[in-house]
Amino acid sequence: MSDFTNNFWPIFITTISLLGIFGCALLLWLTSKIKIVSANDDNTSGHVWDEDLREMNNPLPRWWVWMFILTIIFALFYLVAYPGLGTYAGKLGWTEVNQYEKEVAAANKALDPLYSKFEAMPIEELALNTEARAIGERLFMNNCSQCHGSDAKGSRGFPNLTDHDWLHGGSPEKIQETITGGRIGMMPPMAAAVGNAEDVKNVANYVLSLSGSMYDSGRAGLGKEKFVACAACHGPDGKGNQTIGAPNLTDNIWLHGAGEANIIKRINEGKINQMPAQAGRLTPAQIHVVAAYVWGMSNK
Amino acid sequence: MQLTNTQSATYNDGVIRQFSIMAVVWGVVGMLVGCVIAAQLVWPELNLGLPWTSFGRLRPLHTNAVIFAFGGCTLFATSYYVVQRTCQTSLFCGKLASFTFWGWQAVILAAAISLPLGFSQSKEYAELEWPIDILIAVVWVSYAVVFFGTIAKRKVKHIYVANWFFGAFILTVALLHIVNSAAIPVGYMKSYSAYAGVQDAMVQWWYGHNAVGFFLTAGFLGIMYYFVPKQANRPVYSYSLSIVHFWALIFTYMWAGPHHLHYTALPDWTQSLGMAFSLILLAPSWGGMINGMMTMSGAWHKLRSDPILRFMIVSLSFYGMSTFEGPMMAIKTVNSLSHYTDWTVGHVHSGALGWVGLVSMGALYYMVPRLFGQKQMHSMKAIELHFWLATVGIVLYIASLWISGVMEGLMWRAINTDGTLTYTFVESVKAKHPYYIIRLLGGLLYLSGMVIMLWNVIKTATSGKPAIASIPPVAAHA
Repeated sequence: MSDFTNNFWPIFITTISLLGIFGCALLLWLTSKIKIVSANDDNTSGHVWDEDLREMNNPLPRWWVWMFILTIIFALFYLVAYPGLGTYAGKLGWTEVNQYEKEVAAANKALDPLYSKFEAMPIEELALNTEARAIGERLFMNNCSQCHGSDAKGSRGFPNLTDHDWLHGGSPEKIQETITGGRIGMMPPMAAAVGNAEDVKNVANYVLSLSGSMYDSGRAGLGKEKFVACAACHGPDGKGNQTIGAPNLTDNIWLHGAGEANIIKRINEGKINQMPAQAGRLTPAQIHVVAAYVWGMSNK
Repeated sequence: MQLTNTQSATYNDGVIRQFSIMAVVWGVVGMLVGCVIAAQLVWPELNLGLPWTSFGRLRPLHTNAVIFAFGGCTLFATSYYVVQRTCQTSLFCGKLASFTFWGWQAVILAAAISLPLGFSQSKEYAELEWPIDILIAVVWVSYAVVFFGTIAKRKVKHIYVANWFFGAFILTVALLHIVNSAAIPVGYMKSYSAYAGVQDAMVQWWYGHNAVGFFLTAGFLGIMYYFVPKQANRPVYSYSLSIVHFWALIFTYMWAGPHHLHYTALPDWTQSLGMAFSLILLAPSWGGMINGMMTMSGAWHKLRSDPILRFMIVSLSFYGMSTFEGPMMAIKTVNSLSHYTDWTVGHVHSGALGWVGLVSMGALYYMVPRLFGQKQMHSMKAIELHFWLATVGIVLYIASLWISGVMEGLMWRAINTDGTLTYTFVESVKAKHPYYIIRLLGGLLYLSGMVIMLWNVIKTATSGKPAIASIPPVAAHA
């Protein structure tokens, strides 16, 4: 895509850029030719301000003039070599995008032998390989720890990867799929489907009863029949459904907060939670290695 | 000497006294906030868990206070002082000059309240919301009227070099402020920038870099061109150097902004032009340093006995150093290491504490006794102490941030043989901890010097009384 909306702008840019650079040189040349004659023979311009402020007629320091000229020459050479004058691409053909692409390609090429060795190995085997685990840990620290934590134990809204509670499945293939494509967890607001505020509170207590948490047994009894609305995703037994990422409600693990108030909030407001896809950042082989590291944490 | 018009027989120094005192007061306040946020970087608990005292809100308070309150008041005071004396006439429209004082204090007060409350346009060094921006524009145009009005009614034929720089600074800051702050208001304290995406970023850094180039450089070169030759009692070194470096400086600075956006969505051609002109900028910048330094020839021995002159000359050294460092950091390859690191913060402070701060202090130490009818400051020993506290403070500050900046830049790019990063981000933060302590120490030394200055200025002002300076007759041959 061109940076310019029409043909006028690149010509305008080129013209004023070159005029600017040559203007600096011209200014330097003209000023160095000025010979000021001292009126009082004291090498000053003869002007006096505020009783004693004067200025001398000393010439421009030579080394300074040369430094100025060198920077001007450098700038001209630079603008021949690199893009700078309108649409002119520069002799070297450099762009910041192709510099990036070259560096990434070179790095991937250098890393290829290392990772292709691991790519052929199944994840279960890779998880036991010391070298692969060390690389997987570093990949995890660089790319995953920002959300899941350095210890991979997660925090509120960010799943713990060291337990056996998997939202989208904990098999090696599923973990690899999650890392590659990312995940979007989506629970719609369910208050209307459940009933009135009392019904919501009753269902919340029924949900609490499933995991053996503290609950009001009277309310839980009333909430049981309303749980039908939830069962569509979480299952009639509340054990969740990994194919759609519906959490298990019976294991006392609460990604978005435990207790009656938090559950009521979830029923009323729903929740959308997203893990970004890593495919653009990591190569398939790197994803394979980091998947093995993640799988290994809960399958020691 | 008989003068018929008694009104114009004296300089208008009242507004200069007001600005000078407030410059010192805001200097202490702004540097104190700087030390608080430096301490927050060492001990994050000092954010106190409150939104109003969090780093994100106090940091713009610090930058606005030191640049626009301390630096701004110093520039108003010195430019009014210099323009009157070098034109040998009183200020044009004294009432308007008085308005610029009260208007500017209102801007500072509004900033001090609105920034901690979280009102921000989120443009660096231009955070203030649109109603305050309008007040700034009104005060600034008034400032221009007073300054150029005084130039117009000057009694001396030639315009002194300091006034070229003050004039360029006033005109350009008006242009920069109005263009960059253009926004669409959507509430009494909320607006959206008139520009979008990368254009917005480019306008912002065109503004940002020229705020450095004109507010913090051209303006303070104006200060240098009056107070250095005055204090050294020597003529300015070279008239032709003044001409070349003035025109080259004000022209070239305008192009340098893109070096703040290397390796971003900014088009390649814009980045290249920014880098090329940033390198050309080295010589025009050094022209000012040379002219100041060489003015000392034949008077170097005065440095031994005169701490005020020492403030000015050390300031010029830091100016030369940071204007060398700047073009180097504008080179793409160097920038890819230095960008986003503490090196940038250190670079800015070698210019801000070293150049802007020290030359301001030198000029204020020159003016304050004269404004209050005293021969010299209340305590010369205190000036001496201030000089050493400030110098050691600057060295600790910039040396620690050089080390931590280069270190974190290298840590971010360190790669293992398996292609992973050697260090996680938080490891680079942890590694900077000791340097942040040294930086805070440097900042505290610099602040303590400023507190001593405040005491010295108050003592000088209260033991004297406002002096009435009469305008001397114009030299016959001028």
